[in-house]
Amino acid sequence: MNQNVRQGTPLVEMRDISISFGGIKAVDHVTVDLYAGEVVGLLGHNGAGKSTLIKCLSGAYRADAGEIRIDGRPVEIASPRDARALNIETIYQTLALADNLDAASNLFLGRELVTPLGFVDETRMEAETRKIMARLNPNFRKFNVPVSALSGGQRQSVAIARAVYFNARILIMDEPTAALGPHETQMVSELIEELKRQGLGIFLIEHDIHNVMKLCDRASVMKNGQLVGTVDVAEVTDDDILGMIILGKKPARAA
Amino acid sequence: MAQQTTNLDPSAGPVTRFLRATEIDTRLLGMVAALILIWIGFHLYGVIVNGNGAFLTPRNLWNITVQTASVGIMACGMVLVIIARHIDLSVGSVLGFAAMAMGMFQVEWYPQLVGLGHWTIVALTVLLGLVVGTLIGAFHGWLVAYRGIPAFIVTLGGLLVWRGAAFLLARGRTISPVDANFALLGGGPYGSVGATWSWMVGLAGCGAVLWLIWAGRRNRQRHGFPQRPMWAEYVLAALGCGLCIGTTLVVNAYPWPRGIVAQYAAATGITVPEEGLFISHGFAVPVLILLVVAVAMTFLMSRSRFGRYVYAIGGNPEAALLAGINVKWMTVKIFALMGFLTGLSAVVASARLNSATNALGTLDELYVIAAAVIGGTSLAGGVGTIYGAVLGAVVMQSLQSGMVLIGFDAAIQNIVVGIVLVLAVYIDTLYRKNVK
Repeated sequence: MNQNVRQGTPLVEMRDISISFGGIKAVDHVTVDLYAGEVVGLLGHNGAGKSTLIKCLSGAYRADAGEIRIDGRPVEIASPRDARALNIETIYQTLALADNLDAASNLFLGRELVTPLGFVDETRMEAETRKIMARLNPNFRKFNVPVSALSGGQRQSVAIARAVYFNARILIMDEPTAALGPHETQMVSELIEELKRQGLGIFLIEHDIHNVMKLCDRASVMKNGQLVGTVDVAEVTDDDILGMIILGKKPARAA
Repeated sequence: MAQQTTNLDPSAGPVTRFLRATEIDTRLLGMVAALILIWIGFHLYGVIVNGNGAFLTPRNLWNITVQTASVGIMACGMVLVIIARHIDLSVGSVLGFAAMAMGMFQVEWYPQLVGLGHWTIVALTVLLGLVVGTLIGAFHGWLVAYRGIPAFIVTLGGLLVWRGAAFLLARGRTISPVDANFALLGGGPYGSVGATWSWMVGLAGCGAVLWLIWAGRRNRQRHGFPQRPMWAEYVLAALGCGLCIGTTLVVNAYPWPRGIVAQYAAATGITVPEEGLFISHGFAVPVLILLVVAVAMTFLMSRSRFGRYVYAIGGNPEAALLAGINVKWMTVKIFALMGFLTGLSAVVASARLNSATNALGTLDELYVIAAAVIGGTSLAGGVGTIYGAVLGAVVMQSLQSGMVLIGFDAAIQNIVVGIVLVLAVYIDTLYRKNVK
């Protein structure tokens, strides 16, 4: 899209990240960055290392080597709590919801609102949940049932609400539309545009090449744990990106 | 949890409408109905076959409350363990070990320092039991969480280890009698609080019910949530207060036996009138302990972050981890709490028996797990309530007491309890399917 967005210090820099499991290099010296107000797609086959890379940023894994910088400052992300403290929010492919709890409990899980005496303030959490859901998914009514009783789209909106509510600056979305119908996919797309306008930086793991072309500003392609390359989506075609994913070759034009 | 919107569909039947408006858990209702059926069934059986209905008498009901206490206290902890997708098979043996440690301490070791009957004995003994239970529980939790050994195996090992350790502590002897003050914690005529204090407890319970209803209503109002209709609030208040006052009436209707009255009269210098003296038992101390535990644990599970995390871990351990919950440390805390409650149960059980024996608590783990499961705790994790577990313990105890009263022998008792357990879980499975 526009080069001028990407000026100054990147919001996130992941430099030379490596992580291996039992001798297999899941991520092998990968460097990616992300600017505020930009969507960077992470592409690649299953097992290419996208999710693993991103879990180093969300605190689920710890990189063996490499450096993560937020606003140019090196940071230590040892746990999901650390990531949250840096305003990094993640929407996992599995949504990471506790199925037996209701929407409000999931939204505030690990960050419950409490009364002055330190008890969980259920009514206030429900009130806040109603507020944010009114914005994200006005048809949402099922506030008092376990999320296992919700549809895929409703569950997705709970997971998104969780990220949005806590003022994420950096949002990681792992295939947010994989389980959704066309209408709900549209809803998520609009939300991504909206969040981008608000100046969030978004890492989007996505398989659907059309979504990538539509939503992303840049795309970083991974293969076998290594970075094939990062391209400006506006300067390449679908076929170029598919070539990167399948053949692991960077198109000549964008080199 | 905050409850369902009360949209009163006029086409629904009166029962459905009543349940929706009052927001009473239908599962709870089913359990209460089953309990009442058991009670009436045993009573009628006694009336018809033995010509004497002994079940629905203050004496028997009072006894059931006392006998429920030990298993009920542990069931409150077992609910957490099972919700978090674990199991604790060691509670019976840990109870035996803690009771034996307390027995040795209060009878053989500590009195040598301070003399028999010293006032500090009871406090230090109880403290010792609680600490021993908590440490053992925490150790089990550590093995499960940080060493990755399945809870089933850790606590199966614990079942053998702690029973054996209890034997070694006293070389198999029975330690008896325990400290006189300590024995009061087990109930009995002197270990009960009497009519006046029982009324205080009953009325306090009533007050708590009214306050909860009022506070809940005010809270919903403040956030503009839908309210229950006024009549439903009145029904709930009446049911809650009725339960508190009814229970108080029952425990107060059971008088001290003549022998104890005579002994008491002689000790205090009152003359017993011709027609006898009616001194109420009132709530027994172990029952009050169970009540306090149940209320505190309910509060913990519904209003604290800790409780929230226990449910979250059971619902989806990975989600809990990604939400920044320290799942391993939580596991240690859950098992430590289970151990603490087991220590407390050991106090109640050994005080009630007035001795510490090597067999104390044998098979308790099974009754405790059964109570939790009958009370609606799902072995798949994530689902369960404290009140359900306590009610489950009452159901189990009612069955056993009832069968003793009508003269079933031990073999048949086991068969019936086993069948009821399987049946209860089967009905629960059907119920959950229907709800979905």
